[in-house]
Amino acid sequence: MAELTKELSKVKGEEPAVPGKDVRVHPNPELATKGPLDAPTGTPTVIVDDLHIVYRVYGAASESEKGNAVNALTRILKRQGRPQMKEVHAVKGVTFVAYHGDAIGIVGRNGSGKSTLLRAIAGLLPPHSGAVYTDGQPSLLGVNAALMRELTGERNIVLGCYAMGMTPSEVREKYQEIVDFSGIDEFVQLPMSTYSSGMGARLRFAISSAKTHDVLLIDEALATGDREFRKKSEQRIRQIRESAGTVFLVAHDLRVIEQTCNRVIWLHKGKIKMDGDPKEVLAAYTKG
Amino acid sequence: MSQPESAVADAQAGGRSGQEPLAKLAERYGLRRAIARPRFPVYMRQLWERRHFVLTYATSRNVSKYSNSALGQLWQVLTPLLNAGIYYVMFGLILGGKGNIENYPAFLITGMFVFTFTQRTVTAGAKSISGNLSMIRALHFPRATLPLAYTIQELQQLAISMGVLGVIVVATGEFPTWYWLMIPVVLLLQTMFNVGAALVIARLGASMRDLNQLLPFITRTWLYASGVFFAIHDKVVNGAGLPEWVATAMYLNPAASFIEWMREILIKSYNPDFGHHPPTMVWASCVFWAVFALGFGFWYFWRAEERYGRG
Repeated sequence: MAELTKELSKVKGEEPAVPGKDVRVHPNPELATKGPLDAPTGTPTVIVDDLHIVYRVYGAASESEKGNAVNALTRILKRQGRPQMKEVHAVKGVTFVAYHGDAIGIVGRNGSGKSTLLRAIAGLLPPHSGAVYTDGQPSLLGVNAALMRELTGERNIVLGCYAMGMTPSEVREKYQEIVDFSGIDEFVQLPMSTYSSGMGARLRFAISSAKTHDVLLIDEALATGDREFRKKSEQRIRQIRESAGTVFLVAHDLRVIEQTCNRVIWLHKGKIKMDGDPKEVLAAYTKG
Repeated sequence: MSQPESAVADAQAGGRSGQEPLAKLAERYGLRRAIARPRFPVYMRQLWERRHFVLTYATSRNVSKYSNSALGQLWQVLTPLLNAGIYYVMFGLILGGKGNIENYPAFLITGMFVFTFTQRTVTAGAKSISGNLSMIRALHFPRATLPLAYTIQELQQLAISMGVLGVIVVATGEFPTWYWLMIPVVLLLQTMFNVGAALVIARLGASMRDLNQLLPFITRTWLYASGVFFAIHDKVVNGAGLPEWVATAMYLNPAASFIEWMREILIKSYNPDFGHHPPTMVWASCVFWAVFALGFGFWYFWRAEERYGRG
């Protein structure tokens, strides 16, 4: 913990990632009006205030710990704590304000904290410090919503819908729609462990997008499935966006972001490196 | 829990002196914290709204548990039957724990099945948060549904075990009486206790990883302290010569109380005064533990609701 405190202060001591910028002002007022969605109305829907996220990871091996009992005992005697428990500082002081009608793309390399940030906005990961304020209940539309692999697709659909808080009549109503949308047809009667990875991802996306959302967070959902499904899911996302206040989109496919977003945030090692016009940010991102 | 307070305060104050803090801005537009613990009554209502999820999740887990075995759901009956057989051979025939108990097979198997319900619920509850982290980090739902679902799953198993138990007890010469109508009442109280215990252990298990290693020893000690194989008073006071209050304390532990009450109901020859304790004491103990554990469990679990995702 002491180490973490040191690290925190170190992070703060560094230059702010977007210097001299007032987070309250939309970074891209001109383009916002030309964006694919309605112009931002100036009403904030998501406020992220100096957010730090620290994960605890168990089972990570460190230098001193090679997993033998003598080492473990000396460690306990010396009161060194548990080295198997490693703390990962995934998001280091991110601050921004998202407005009604914003469609924000988040880019960055693997491990830059994109998914962690989305989870924090969705209220699924408690912040270490700082805060996230949202309008209504944000929904994370991920490809890795955990379902039970040993069970049939049919049972997973019902279970997933209930977990999202649907009533039995809503589930009955949506069931066929989900099956049709996922396009897995007769496989719905088989356990999910027999599905190909694409089929599983399609079913998960179909389930999680069956509900209406206020603030929508999409994590790599477009990267899965074949071309036909991709088209279908892009259409579905556009549909949802029309009713949603704000959309966040994490994708490695930059074309998707350019087509759908009016603002792009570039995350680098847990901090915002750039925030603004998609063309500018994406150009800088592809360059370096 | 163990956040460096100074660093947190520092981080919040830093950077934006002289401007309206973002927290104020959020308040002005009526935005709420994304991760906040709802008030307790609201939380209980949310839990009630997820009752279908709890039931479906419990049933699904029971189905998937045996989906890889050839005999499938038949194991739900076979497992308690085999257990009963082993306990009888071990403790009834070989070790001779019978003492002066008249219907020992019924005595033993009743105790074992009742205890197993609580033991399995506690063991499952300890893993209910740490075993579902990916789900917790992907979906929004009141986390108490998980220990609750695990308890319901064990309750479904128990329903089958109770059927087996009824058959065995009748086979050993007992005959169903009007008292048997009390069985659901005892099971309801025990389930209330189990839900509370699962909730408490789920919160503990979420932060203390070593609990899973420790739990088998705790439950085994509990098993011996609950008089599953022997009559507590007979062994503790008459056998070991310990003072009377030790036996009373053992009878007041929740598992022993539920076991004693169930034996009184099922076995006609089992004299409530056999252990020199009035039946009302056992009944009161059962009711107390059920109400206390349920209330405390929900409150204790709810207090850490927003922290379960961290792992």
